[in-house]
Amino acid sequence: MAAKRNLDRWAPWIFLVVLLLVWEFGVRLFRIDEFVLPTASASFRALYDNFGPILMNTWPTFWTTMVGFGIGIVVGVLIGVLIGSSRLMYNGLYPLLVAFNAIPKAAFVPILVVWFGIGVVPATLTAFLICFFPITVNVATGLATIEPELEDVLRALGASRADVLIKVGLPRSIPYFFASLKVAITLAFVGSVVSELTAANEGIGQLMLAASSTMRVPLMFAGLIVISIMAMVMYVAFAALERRMTGWAHRGMNMPG
Amino acid sequence: MSHPAFVAFDRVSLAYDETSGYAVEDITLSIGSGEFIAIVGPSGCGKSTFMKLCTGLKAPTQGTVRVDGKGVAGPLKIVGMAFQAPNLLPWRTTLDNVLLPLEIVQPYRASFKHKHDEYVARARKLLETVGLEGSEGKFPWQLSGGMQQRASICRALIHEPQLLMLDEPFGALDAFTREELWLVLRDLWQERRFTVVLVTHDLREAVFLADTVYCMSRRPGKIVARRAIDLPRPRDLEVTYSEHFIGIVHELRAHIGRVRKG
Ligand SMILES: Nc1ncnc2c1ncn2[C@@H]1O[C@H](COP(=O)(O)OP(=O)(O)OP(=O)(O)O)[C@@H](O)[C@H]1O
Ligand SMILES: [Mg+2]
Repeated sequence: MAAKRNLDRWAPWIFLVVLLLVWEFGVRLFRIDEFVLPTASASFRALYDNFGPILMNTWPTFWTTMVGFGIGIVVGVLIGVLIGSSRLMYNGLYPLLVAFNAIPKAAFVPILVVWFGIGVVPATLTAFLICFFPITVNVATGLATIEPELEDVLRALGASRADVLIKVGLPRSIPYFFASLKVAITLAFVGSVVSELTAANEGIGQLMLAASSTMRVPLMFAGLIVISIMAMVMYVAFAALERRMTGWAHRGMNMPG
Repeated sequence: MSHPAFVAFDRVSLAYDETSGYAVEDITLSIGSGEFIAIVGPSGCGKSTFMKLCTGLKAPTQGTVRVDGKGVAGPLKIVGMAFQAPNLLPWRTTLDNVLLPLEIVQPYRASFKHKHDEYVARARKLLETVGLEGSEGKFPWQLSGGMQQRASICRALIHEPQLLMLDEPFGALDAFTREELWLVLRDLWQERRFTVVLVTHDLREAVFLADTVYCMSRRPGKIVARRAIDLPRPRDLEVTYSEHFIGIVHELRAHIGRVRKG
């Protein structure tokens, strides 16, 4: 039993090590050129060698992502509450949101550049645009799936719609909200980096673009590693926050994943 | 028993939508103040629909519903309800679940903050009467199904409603727990004399608890029989083994049988 639980805990690390080994020795075995696919060790070496410039570019990426994510939370929750608590809003807005979500967010970058110029604004906004949707959907789901009988109990007490929202709807949607944050934060990184690739002066995206123009492929992979580490750390942080805030949900009600 | 009418249905019909026809049809009955009635009938016959009409959660398509002398328009605001599923809020402790109605219903709502201690004491007392002392601080998922249902009944009664609506409240419980809760409900009712509408599939439950039992027909639901239960009160579980009791149950069973064939 205990051994199995230990295995569960270590599984991500074991898989990571296996992946790195396959990467390293796969590249060596097939003698793949460094300009095509560098080895894991070469990528980490590039990370180490360029630590200064990478760090300088990591900070802006992190920062713009977090601001975009913050806006995404505010807007996502607001729209989620709106469509989750009103059938009219749900019917009217939901299809539009789905349509909007289907647009590749990279396609917004040139427009944002026209509006705001090159810099941190397009990256922030792209992060926001890509990450608010899952938050909206989850919050709305949490609100819209209140047991009808429970709603009857409350309405027969004379509860207003605001009462139902405050006493039941919002607390009920909190686990859904936190579940969506984990997804949203990783998407936000996608948004900001995609935008930086074309419309920024700094950031990991720019660093990778510069590395590409000089064919420094290991450095590009170092950039990818940094992005995934950042996203992973934030994911774990929000997963931990979720567990803290919504312990009751894991036993008390069925939860989305 | 003669009670002043508290709930009066006058030729009430309800259709949920235009196409499917009436869910309940031409229901006329009156429930006295402090009377305990039970409604039995086959599944889908409109028992829950009757509850919704009674509490104003649904407006009748035809006819009128009067409660406490006033025509019902919109949810009543004073009713306590409990269903087969306890529907407790998993993020609240048992105590806080029971207190929920006091956060909503006036006049408690206005004084909830400064009379908090008083209300907590009241909730504790109520929980004690249903045998939940010691579980106040537990969360619903830490309670058994029967305990959750007790808490759910406390939640329905904490604001001392004049009307208690119970929709198969003991349907999901085992036979022993069920009979135990009959006694809990009996004692609460005996003490406070609120008006009760109990929907149930269990004829023994209906006969044991109610003053009057109504049988409904299959959809569209009509009242096909009304049976006053003349067993003396207070009733003990012993009475359920008496010939008279069994006779009434058989009589009702015959009505249901006819309804199901017809
Ligand atoms: N919201 C609704 N919209 C449309 N039809 C409904 C709705 N609720 C109930 N009905 C229909 O009305 C009829 C009566 O339903 P109701 O829930 O009152 O039955 P019931 O007697 O409570 O059944 P059960 O014993 O299974 O709980 C059923 O045929 C059902 O399909
Ligand atoms: Mg029902």
